[in-house]
Amino acid sequence: MNRGLAMWGWPVVLALLTAIGLLSALLGDGVWDAASWIALGIPTAVCLWFGWRGRRASKKET
Amino acid sequence: MLGARTLRTWAWLHKWTSLVCTVFMLLLCLTGLPLIFHHQLDHLLGNAVEAPELPAATPRVSIDRALEVARARWPGKAVQFASQEADDDRIWFITLSDTVDGPANLKQVAVDARTGQSLGEPPLDHGFMWVVLSLHVDLFAGLAGKLFLGFMGLLLLIAIVSGVVLYAPFMRKLQFGEVRRDRATRTKWLDLHNLLGIVTLTWAFVVGATGMINTWADLGFKYWQYDQMTALLAPYKGQPALTQPGPLQPAIDAALKAEPTMRVKFVAFPGTSFSSPHHYGVFMRGDEALTSRLLKPVLVDALSGRVTDRVELPWYLTALLVSQPLHFGDYGGVPMQILWALLDIVTIVVLGSGLYLWLARRTTAPLAEIEPRASGARA
Repeated sequence: MNRGLAMWGWPVVLALLTAIGLLSALLGDGVWDAASWIALGIPTAVCLWFGWRGRRASKKET
Repeated sequence: MLGARTLRTWAWLHKWTSLVCTVFMLLLCLTGLPLIFHHQLDHLLGNAVEAPELPAATPRVSIDRALEVARARWPGKAVQFASQEADDDRIWFITLSDTVDGPANLKQVAVDARTGQSLGEPPLDHGFMWVVLSLHVDLFAGLAGKLFLGFMGLLLLIAIVSGVVLYAPFMRKLQFGEVRRDRATRTKWLDLHNLLGIVTLTWAFVVGATGMINTWADLGFKYWQYDQMTALLAPYKGQPALTQPGPLQPAIDAALKAEPTMRVKFVAFPGTSFSSPHHYGVFMRGDEALTSRLLKPVLVDALSGRVTDRVELPWYLTALLVSQPLHFGDYGGVPMQILWALLDIVTIVVLGSGLYLWLARRTTAPLAEIEPRASGARA
């Protein structure tokens, strides 16, 4: 795989999702709000997933 | 590819902009957390004003009745503003101060718009939420504090951009999301800092930038008032200063007639920083997701109750108003508040790990992790 894509692929996708999430609820209510929750929820879930996994593993280490 | 010298410049920029702003950003993240839920917390702390349930069609009393109640409660004080919350037109919030154009001893009285009864006095200058808000907005230092925090916000933005530049050399040998947990504690936190930083990049940048813009709100409105005042006051040349404004209800009715599809968000009294000495500034808002955030000022002669001007807000104030929800996270219901809080906590981890990486720097040579690879890339 292209190295630039390997490095920047996920960050760019997550940045776009965040931008969609931030804008959607601003432009409308109802389904627009729900789209925001999903689009903003994915990057948040990525953070929690890796943060949690890191913590669990480091506990095992000690 | 970045050369070693360019890289060192970016690293220097990242280190120093972060170091200067980190303590303040930690404070802003910590105080921001309760502010995200200020509506719910106001209810929990008993500071929220509740309107009693009455049939929806109950007629409204004149707002001048509500003003009488507030003035009777605080005789000698001047009314500055009358406002309503976006989702509740059953309550008028009347704000008073020692003088019409100063912030000294601000008081607020909530009056039921249907019965004219006082519903309580939301605290404007004491209480837990006030302390948290002051720490977040101006460090108890007024405009100077706001502008200082705005400058810290600018440093944060530079730190974010330089952090993105540094992401590439650190990640050259790593997969996305890879955290080297089996290595030294510092390495693990370096990987977490890079990962969480790059994932929350857009959110942190937007919240940081809109926060910075918000610190300029006072100046923006001041400049706009100065900009408009000459034109607004031209017809009043030679007339004596207004001592007693006329009734407000006719002015509001006239404004609603001029903008029938809009609602009143707040009224600025003559002599305040949102109006002229001769006008009620009736600030209207729309009804849709975006237009409810915008303001349309209708200026009403405070004696005759006639509309004299309807102005469009200038671009810089429109930008300010649109940027506010993007900072507060209050435009997508409770799920969005929760996401805002989670992203705020992740940002605290990014800030804290960044600080730790600097404090633990002496155990490893600075930039040792990337420099060999960076110079190799240049060759």
